[in-house]
Amino acid sequence: MERRKFIKKTTLTSLAALIGTEIVFGSNMLKNYKPLALQETDPFKLFSLDSEMVVLNDKPWNIEAKAHLLDDKITPSSKMFIRNNGLIPTEIDEQNWTLTIDGESVKNKTTFTLNDLKTKFKEYTYQLTLECGGNGRSEFDPPAKGNQWTVGAVSCATWTGVRLKDVLEAVGIKNDAVYIGYHAADTHLSGDPSKEPISRGAPMSKALEDETLIAYKMNGKKIPVAHGFPLRLVAGGWPASVSGKWINRISIRNIEHDGTKMTGTAYRVPKFPVAPGEKVKDEDMKIIESMPVKSLITYPKSGAIIKKGDSLAIRGHAWAGDLEVAKMEYSIDFGATWHQASIEKPVNRLAWQHFSAKINFPKVGYYEVWARATDSNNIAQPMLLPGWNPKGYLNNACHRIAIKVK
Amino acid sequence: MHQNSSEYKKLLKKAERLAYSGLFLMGISIGLLFLKIYDPTLSIFEGKQEIAEVIDEDLIENGIHVRTGFVDDVGLMTVVNNCTNCHSSKLVIQNRMNEDRWNATIKWMQETQNLWPLGDNQKIIVDYLVKNYPPVEKGRRASLTNINWYELKK
Repeated sequence: MERRKFIKKTTLTSLAALIGTEIVFGSNMLKNYKPLALQETDPFKLFSLDSEMVVLNDKPWNIEAKAHLLDDKITPSSKMFIRNNGLIPTEIDEQNWTLTIDGESVKNKTTFTLNDLKTKFKEYTYQLTLECGGNGRSEFDPPAKGNQWTVGAVSCATWTGVRLKDVLEAVGIKNDAVYIGYHAADTHLSGDPSKEPISRGAPMSKALEDETLIAYKMNGKKIPVAHGFPLRLVAGGWPASVSGKWINRISIRNIEHDGTKMTGTAYRVPKFPVAPGEKVKDEDMKIIESMPVKSLITYPKSGAIIKKGDSLAIRGHAWAGDLEVAKMEYSIDFGATWHQASIEKPVNRLAWQHFSAKINFPKVGYYEVWARATDSNNIAQPMLLPGWNPKGYLNNACHRIAIKVK
Repeated sequence: MHQNSSEYKKLLKKAERLAYSGLFLMGISIGLLFLKIYDPTLSIFEGKQEIAEVIDEDLIENGIHVRTGFVDDVGLMTVVNNCTNCHSSKLVIQNRMNEDRWNATIKWMQETQNLWPLGDNQKIIVDYLVKNYPPVEKGRRASLTNINWYELKK
């Protein structure tokens, strides 16, 4: 998408024309104050994005990377996909931000300031893979409803914070606890303050994992606003919607959390395989937990032309939800033969792994390099689209790039 | 002597012309330099169209409603007025659904997203969407398209 320039107007009348409504009390407006309607215009400036990032939606903001942009071992925020269900909070007061732990199954409901969290609990840093449940949705046939993500709704940044486990254990968890659910400061698209845009969570087993963090830093700095400043729940390996942004409350529930986008068809897939396009009843859908094994060739960018006789070095990342990637292969003959690529161990559990290979092509012509990862349970990526599902989740089909040998 | 002096005058004229043209070129360069400093993208040369984009809410260019990107067809403004209040037109344009699924999506938005009852407008909206944004068959795996070929440097 082309970067769109916008025109800064200075007088109130032209502001009103741009926003499409009169600005009440406009004369009381501070001299240098820019109304929010005007602030959110150029996402590349607003979020300091790489110019090749792709804007799928501007209200709410949904932006993805391309495969070759994800070449860094640790994803910088300029190349990190942005997925929003609602509107990003406009007023964030870090000094007075609090996190309340409540719910049916909390022993002592407690409110922490940011400083409480940082001083009362031990700090941990992990590199964690976050992939949107709908990454790859654009390939499903018949098409599935929602943002049409291609391959770039995945990232693996470094997150620093305290363990959710430590915080929950400090306030006390009753025996009947089954799930945690987060609540956050973002606004429903309709502007209705009684509605939450999203309030998801995870079962206690995931909540109590070492790597599940209440994070206040990303890549060693304060979390960028688009990624959840000042506080984000981070649960690597699961749909990124579990990793709630701008969180101010976590409820320990005695039932499966029933917040917005936990029920119905949201972030759910059929309990059994269905035919493409089939209608599936809500009660036949189950919540997505660990994401499936997947990989991405991040170098070279698709479309590379090389000389006959030259070998081609490829590299990329592979991840497998809660599991590890055990094997990495590539094919240059559409899957007729597969060759081993080398795959590194993850820097920590739930971090993506780096693979590389050197490829020699037998003759001139058009090739596709296909990459296939296999997880520690011996489950591999399919070459074709995996099972169709109404909302178009979990497309982990092999990634491929086009190569020409001259 | 006479001849020499006219030669001399000619030379003087020539030098004068050279100096003026040099001054002229220098002026232009300084002008360009300032333009580049104060307007690095040189947007001054492409500003007009953008202003039109912002001011004329109803502008249609090449069959596209410029403000939203929607195809210009029967029902366009009904779609703009009912479907771009909460989310942007980009969310609509990305999606490809048949009549049943658009109706189901509208029902979902009414149940969870505070969309108002659409009355007679619902048929106008769904007809517009089905006609202008129909599903495209992709099969189990599509060919790679839009490949930008480039020489890979070693």
